[in-house]
Amino acid sequence: MNYRAVMTIYGSEMARWRRTIMQSVISPVLSTSLYFVVFGSAIGSRITDIEGVSYGAFIVPGLIMLTLLTQSTMNASFGIYFPRFVGTIFEILSAPVSAFEIVLGYVGAAATKSVVLGLIILATAGLFVPLRIAHPVWMLAFLLMTAATFSLFGFIIGLWADSFEKLQVIPLLILTPLTFLGGSFYSISVLPPAWQTITLFNPVVYLVSGFRWSFYDIADVSVGVSLAMTLFFLVACLAIVWWMFRTGYRLKK
Amino acid sequence: MQPVISIKNLSKTYASGFQALKSVDLDIRPGEIFALLGPNGAGKTTLINIVCGIVNASTGTVTIDGHDHIRDYRAARALIGLVPQELHTDAFETVWATTSLSRGLFGKPRSPAYIEKVLKELSLFDKKDSQIITLSGGMKRRVLIAKALSHEPRILFLDEPTAGVDVELRKDMWDVVRALRAAGVTIILTTHYIEEAEQMADRVGVINNGELILVEEKAELMRKLGRKQLTLQLQGRIERVPEKLALYRLELSPEGNALTYTYDTRSERTGITTLLRDLGEAGIRFSDLQTKQSSLEEIFVSLVKEGA
Ligand SMILES: Nc1ncnc2c1ncn2[C@@H]1O[C@H](COP(=O)(O)OP(=O)(O)OP(=O)(O)O)[C@@H](O)[C@H]1O
Ligand SMILES: [Mg+2]
Repeated sequence: MNYRAVMTIYGSEMARWRRTIMQSVISPVLSTSLYFVVFGSAIGSRITDIEGVSYGAFIVPGLIMLTLLTQSTMNASFGIYFPRFVGTIFEILSAPVSAFEIVLGYVGAAATKSVVLGLIILATAGLFVPLRIAHPVWMLAFLLMTAATFSLFGFIIGLWADSFEKLQVIPLLILTPLTFLGGSFYSISVLPPAWQTITLFNPVVYLVSGFRWSFYDIADVSVGVSLAMTLFFLVACLAIVWWMFRTGYRLKK
Repeated sequence: MQPVISIKNLSKTYASGFQALKSVDLDIRPGEIFALLGPNGAGKTTLINIVCGIVNASTGTVTIDGHDHIRDYRAARALIGLVPQELHTDAFETVWATTSLSRGLFGKPRSPAYIEKVLKELSLFDKKDSQIITLSGGMKRRVLIAKALSHEPRILFLDEPTAGVDVELRKDMWDVVRALRAAGVTIILTTHYIEEAEQMADRVGVINNGELILVEEKAELMRKLGRKQLTLQLQGRIERVPEKLALYRLELSPEGNALTYTYDTRSERTGITTLLRDLGEAGIRFSDLQTKQSSLEEIFVSLVKEGA
């Protein structure tokens, strides 16, 4: 194992992030605060509690998930797309590093960034609504697994994309709708039965439900299923990345 | 001597269906400077990129110091430094950061002293804190060289290292290359400045249309294919070469005041004595004469033309 290479990739990715730390942190914190102002206070005050949890507090896990998903995907996809785009990828390809080490460096950095952001948003949320975390260890576990999964997902997008448009389109056109429709802002039990079934095909449902359970002990699907599905997505993304490296997909001519 | 790089039956067909390499066999000897020459699109970069792991080969094997470059890629790649033809750099990194990064990627422990030495040799040290985007093209090229040297490779690939580098710096660069060679580093380079290959290389390979058409000791090549030219500056002007001198295949300059005779240094009789005598008999007088050995460039051009 070439640990130095992993730390080098990880370190340079984190350094890139630190150079733009203000944009990276301020924009998600600002948009989350807006959600709290609009949904939590303005509209939320007219919505009744959900299973004993105020609406403002109810949406916290969903909001964190929204940030986690989009930031992980965007960070990781950009992280690997950029060297492909400017050509500096040649150095990674010609270095004595394995696919696993490359992924560990890039995905590890992307996941770290989004976990940090997730925690910042959690702290921001604490300023607006009373927070309660029933299972802090599970909360962290879901946070880490989701960050890792979607950073891997972003890595796949970054390898697949051959233009900046494609890089942007996935978070915008797929991730955001899936998150909004995945029960981030409501319990899926309020949906008509047919829609509930359809919603179960949305992977984000399981992530949000499990994550919310770790806060308030309430869930749309049982936490075991959430955990299994989260792990399943993690493994699926790993498998795709493994295949991409094995075949040199979009990396080698 | 065991070759340090052994390339066998290497072919490459790109996804477009274009065959860039056709069954290339090549052995590189340890410690030599090998110049790979060939016109644009011949397949030089393709060959280098396959050896370095950037492009997948279609057939064939590459062994680096006994390590298969795919199966045993870690050991193989750890030995190699690559300076690519294109100026691929991370625009927003500093010179120092990007050079240290290369060292880290190759798994070497941090060594600010070594990085400093490399940057100084390449006259980059005073730019160490500059972002690469602020550097000129020639400086970027040297940054790429610094990156390749940062992990102390035993084999160095230089894909057109002097493209866009001014004369002064080119000299410095070749000094660096000579010093590396003296330290035992094997160097494979491509260049379109053939006089560079002529000055630097121990052996020369010529590649054309994906085929390695020649591999030869440079000195041997120059001797074997070396033609010499004798140019006679005439005292007056003549209209055309006299019939009697036809067998010498003399070339008359457009101005009519110089004759050029091409002869082969390998032949026992160069024909110079009889030529000069016959010229005197024909009443052609000359004021000056000079001889010129054909350069590697001329050899190269004639080879590639023959191949076409
Ligand atoms: N990715 C690719 N897909 C298809 N064809 C390619 C690709 N890369 C290179 N080629 C073709 O392969 C041939 C060899 O290219 P290569 O870059 O190896 O040439 P070269 O000898 O390095 O030329 P130059 O002196 O211009 O650098 C060229 O005809 C080129 O068009
Ligand atoms: Mg080339």
